[in-house]
Amino acid sequence: MIKVEDVHKSFGDEEILKGITTEFDKGKTNLIIGQSGSGKTVLLKCLLGLFKPEQGRIYYEDKAIQDMDDEQQRKLREEIGMLFQGGALFDSMNIEENVMFPLRMFTKQKKTDMLARVNEVLKRVNLENVNKKFPAEISGGMQKRVSIARAIVNKPKFLFCDEPNSGLDPKTATLIDTLIQEITHEYDITTVVVTHDMNSVMEIGEKVVLLKHGKLVWQGTNQEIFKTDNEDVTNFVYSSDLFKKIRDVQLKEG
Amino acid sequence: MKYLQDIGSYFLMIKKVFGSFTKTSVLRHLIFKDINDLIISSLAIVSFISFFVGGVVAIQTALNMDNPIIPDSLIGFATRQSVILEFAPTFMSIIMAGKVGSFITSSIGSMRVTEQIDALEVMGINSLNYLVFPKIVALMFYPFVIVLSMFLGILGGWVAGVYGGFTSSSDFIAGLQEDFIPYQLFYAFFKTTVFAFILATVPSWQGFYMKGGALEVGKASTNSFVWTSVLIIAANYIITQLMLS
Repeated sequence: MIKVEDVHKSFGDEEILKGITTEFDKGKTNLIIGQSGSGKTVLLKCLLGLFKPEQGRIYYEDKAIQDMDDEQQRKLREEIGMLFQGGALFDSMNIEENVMFPLRMFTKQKKTDMLARVNEVLKRVNLENVNKKFPAEISGGMQKRVSIARAIVNKPKFLFCDEPNSGLDPKTATLIDTLIQEITHEYDITTVVVTHDMNSVMEIGEKVVLLKHGKLVWQGTNQEIFKTDNEDVTNFVYSSDLFKKIRDVQLKEG
Repeated sequence: MKYLQDIGSYFLMIKKVFGSFTKTSVLRHLIFKDINDLIISSLAIVSFISFFVGGVVAIQTALNMDNPIIPDSLIGFATRQSVILEFAPTFMSIIMAGKVGSFITSSIGSMRVTEQIDALEVMGINSLNYLVFPKIVALMFYPFVIVLSMFLGILGGWVAGVYGGFTSSSDFIAGLQEDFIPYQLFYAFFKTTVFAFILATVPSWQGFYMKGGALEVGKASTNSFVWTSVLIIAANYIITQLMLS
């Protein structure tokens, strides 16, 4: 579980996060949604410790990241898996080396054991026979799956995903969303996904946090989104014609 | 003010490079890779340029010697002094700033743009140590490149001088041995080591702290070449003033 308490973050004179307080639950896919510029990625980077908030605290299982020394923060990061928007696979390494990287860095396993684990997670993300290929030789969807495999190879307690299905076709995007949710339940980890894709919200949003201009304006589940009268939620969700129609149908059906 | 900030950020980067070391087995692999990318892959261009520039120095010296009382051995002497004191350590380093410096900046800059550096940071890895330290160690082998450059520069001078009919082999070799001061070799290798450090760190700094996309990677590579060259020339002046005057 991750707890965020009154987090403020500014860049120069501009305050990006204005007192965010929320919790991200263990064993659930927690989504941070909002329009571009709402502060989603800044909040994610604060959670990861890449940005230091000026005010407020972030707790990882009751231990505040602000109270941890460098070594404790380094240890914590070994328990974090991250899926970047572009995959962030290392160009100079093949798929096998990319996925094996966290194991090489943080464990003392034999190469054969590491290789077995790499093949296991690659199989889990439905990728086989790509071990010796380089990132540039596989599709964007496959790169995302490799990135998921790298994120989970060292059995993390926390998984962060930044726009995991941006640039993907709807079918592959759904596949990635489903994979993230399945892995969250299977490994019982705390997953935080930053997205502005409403399909993801509906597919996997077990907890949804809506940010607007750096403030948390609503939180709930994906089912509650259709029931709420919160103006910020309706403005965000029903900016898409498709979702307006879905809501009309739901209202008609009572 | 911006320049002061940049200087401060450069020295802070150097401090971070030597903090929180990456696992030794991983680091060893990276060092060998960088030795291949930065040193071994530069040998061909260094050999080609050194041989022909050494030849040109010998020809230029010969063509500018009108006075009959000046001995032909001066061609060998002038070639040796030019190659050992300036051409091999300094001008070869400026050429390397173009080749090696641009490579370092663009490879680290691309990693920044594609979030690969963020990925390292999130994993709790000291990305500066992981990326820059192996390059510093690899470039500590740079003086061996300069030894090769010195040898081939002088060989080029000998070939051009003797086979071009400007001097005899014995006169050229006598010139090479004339007034030889071993301290000058120490001076040459000392400054080569300083230039190697500049070659490893300034382009890394440019790449690591760049912001933006592919266009900015190109701009950072250009800036890297300019600043590395400027610093090599400035360091050359200061070291020469301190060690030779």
